[in-house]
Amino acid sequence: MLNFFRRNKAAQLYGLISPGALWTLLFFNLPLLIVLFISFVERGRAGGIKLPPVYTLENYRQLFNACASEFSGPECDPFLYIGIFGHSVRIALVVTFWCIALGYPLSYFISRQKPIWRDALMILVIIPFWTNFLVRTYALKQVLATEGLLNSFLINLNLINQPLDLLFNEFAVNVGLIYGYLPFAVLPMYASIEKFDHSLMEAAADLGAPPWRAFLRVMLPMTLPGVIAALVLVFVPVVGAFITPDIMGGGKIEMIGTLINRQFGVSRNWPFGASMSLVLMLLVLIGVIAYFRSSTEETRRAM
Amino acid sequence: MNEFAVEMQDVVKQFITPEGGILAAVNHVTMQIRDGEFFSLLGPSGCGKTTSLRMIAGFELPTDGKILIHGKEMSQVPAFRRPINTVFQQYALFPHMTVEQNIGYGPEMQSVPRAERSRRVSEALEMVRLPGMEMRRPKQLSGGQQQRIALARALINKPEVLLLDEPLGALDLKLRKEMQLELKTLQREVGITFIYVTHDQEEALTMSDRIAVMHKGVVLQIGKPEEIYEKPASKYVADFIGETNFIDGVVKRQDGATVEVELEGTGVVRVESSRSFSNGQQVAVAVRPEKLRLNTQIEDGNTLRGRVEDVIYIGTDTHYGVRFAGGQKVRVREQNILQGHHEIVQVGAEASVSFTRVSPRILTE
Repeated sequence: MLNFFRRNKAAQLYGLISPGALWTLLFFNLPLLIVLFISFVERGRAGGIKLPPVYTLENYRQLFNACASEFSGPECDPFLYIGIFGHSVRIALVVTFWCIALGYPLSYFISRQKPIWRDALMILVIIPFWTNFLVRTYALKQVLATEGLLNSFLINLNLINQPLDLLFNEFAVNVGLIYGYLPFAVLPMYASIEKFDHSLMEAAADLGAPPWRAFLRVMLPMTLPGVIAALVLVFVPVVGAFITPDIMGGGKIEMIGTLINRQFGVSRNWPFGASMSLVLMLLVLIGVIAYFRSSTEETRRAM
Repeated sequence: MNEFAVEMQDVVKQFITPEGGILAAVNHVTMQIRDGEFFSLLGPSGCGKTTSLRMIAGFELPTDGKILIHGKEMSQVPAFRRPINTVFQQYALFPHMTVEQNIGYGPEMQSVPRAERSRRVSEALEMVRLPGMEMRRPKQLSGGQQQRIALARALINKPEVLLLDEPLGALDLKLRKEMQLELKTLQREVGITFIYVTHDQEEALTMSDRIAVMHKGVVLQIGKPEEIYEKPASKYVADFIGETNFIDGVVKRQDGATVEVELEGTGVVRVESSRSFSNGQQVAVAVRPEKLRLNTQIEDGNTLRGRVEDVIYIGTDTHYGVRFAGGQKVRVREQNILQGHHEIVQVGAEASVSFTRVSPRILTE
C-alpha cells in the first residue's frame, strides 16, 4: 500500500486532496444541490417541503412579486423583496466603503512602524477574532444602548441632554458590521501596503508630485490588489449578514440574511428561503466576477 | 544667477537612535557646490553623505543650519517644490507604469500637454541611448537600462541640480566603468550641476570636478581629485583615498620649508612642508607606495635601508613590503617598465627605499 503511493505521483496527489475534496463534496456541493432542489418545489405546511414534491417556479416569482403569496393583503408592495435586496446591497456598500476608508490608513500606519510594533499592532487587530462574534455584537449593543456607555458618557459631559437614538436602526447595523468586518479589510490591505516600496513615494515627490497626487498615481494603484481583496472579503459576507442586523437593528432592519433566516424559522417557507439563497449567491458571484474582470488589467499592472 | 548651485551652511541632522540617544548623522557641514560642477560626496557607509543628499533633495529636513539652492533658502521647502531631481540607488522606477509614463511623470506633474510630453520623452530616451523603449515596463529592462531610464526620468525635467545616490552600485564592474564615462560626458553636455554620492574612491576620482570626503558626519576635506590624492589633509583622507604608508616619527628641526623628522631606529628624513611644526612633535610621514623607489638613489632625496619581507608580482607592477631597521614597514610599488633590465628583488634581500623631499606629507591627525 505504502509502496503504491511512493511509486505513483498521481496517487500521491489524489491522496492529498481527497480529504478536502470529499469534505467539500459532501458538506458543500451536495447540500447546494439539495437547496437547488428545494427552491423548485412547493412548501410543506409546517416547514420542509410538500411530499411527494410538486415542482414549481412560484418561489422565484414570489421574489419579484411579493404579492403573489397567498397571505398577501390589499396594501401589499410587490417589490418588497427586491427592495430588501437593494437595501442589503446598499448597506453592504456603505460598510465596505467605511471598512476600506478606515482600514487603509490604519494598515498604512501599522506598516510604517518598526517591525516589533508592527507585529504587536497586527495582533491587536486580530485579537477580536478570538472572541465570539455574538458576544462582541452584544457588547457593542450595550455601548450604543439608550442607557448605554456612549450616551451616559455624552450626558455626563453635558454635550447632550437627551440620550441619542443609536440602537435599533440602520446606523447601529452599519456600526456593528463595520466593527465586525474591519479586520477583514485590514489584513489584505496591510499585506499589500507592507510590500509597497516607499522610496517610490519619494521618487514621485522628487518629480514634483504633491503627496495626494503621488498617492493617487503611485501608491493606490500599486496597493489596489489589497483593496480589491478587502472589498470582496467584506462585501460578500456583509450582503448576506443576518446576526448583526438582527441584534443591532432590533428586528426592524430587514436584510436578505435576516429574511432568509426567517424563511427557515418562523415563516417555515423553506423553498422561498432556498430560492433567495440561490439568487443572492448568483448576484454575489456575478458581482465578483464582473469586478475581477474589470480590475484584472489594473491588478496585473500593479503586480 | 548665483555662483553656487547648492550651499550647505552649518547643517546638522540628528536622529533618535533606537536606544533613545541622539545621533548626529550630519554634524555642522558647510559646503558650496558651484554651478555646473560634478561634485562628489565620498565616504564610507554611515559617514553622512546620503543624509546630506537627502536633505538637499528635501526628503529630510535639517535639524539646524541652512540649505540654499541658487541663493534661495530651501531648508524647509518640501521635495516636490525643489528644482532638483534625483537618481535613486535602486532607481525607484514605477513598476506599474511604462517607460514612457515613468519618464513623462515629471512633465505630467507640471501639466505639460500630452503631445509635448511624448516628444520630450523620446528626446530623453535618445539622450540615454535607449530610443524606442517607450512601451516597455521597468521589469522588462536590464539593470543598466533601468539605470538609464532613471537618469532620463530625472533629466527630462531640466533640474537645476541632479542628485545621484550611488547610481552605479548595483551594476557589474564593466558596465560601471562604461557608465562612469557616459555620466561624465552627459554632465558636460547638459551642463547641469551633478551631486554624486559614492563610497568608491576610484569612481569619485575619475568623475568629479571636486570631491568632499566625509567621515562620521563631518566633511574632512574638499578639493579637486588631485588635491585630495596628492595633498590629503588628514591621515583618514590619506588612508581612505588610495593606499598610503604612514611612518611615525618625531619632528627634530624645521628650517624654513624643510622639516627634519626622526624615524626611531631607522634614520632621519627631510620633507618639504608649508606648515610649521614644533620640535619634538609626534607626526606621521605619509607617502604613497608608488612614490617610493627601490634600490634607486634619488638626488637630494631620502634613502632608508631595510629588508624585503614580501613580493607580489601583478604584471604591470611589483609590490614590495619593506621593513626598516626601526621596525616600521612600508609598501613600495615599482612599475615593471623595463623588462629584463629591472630585476625583481627577492624576499629577504637588503634593499634601500628612496623618495623625494616633496613626495610625503607630514600629518598630525
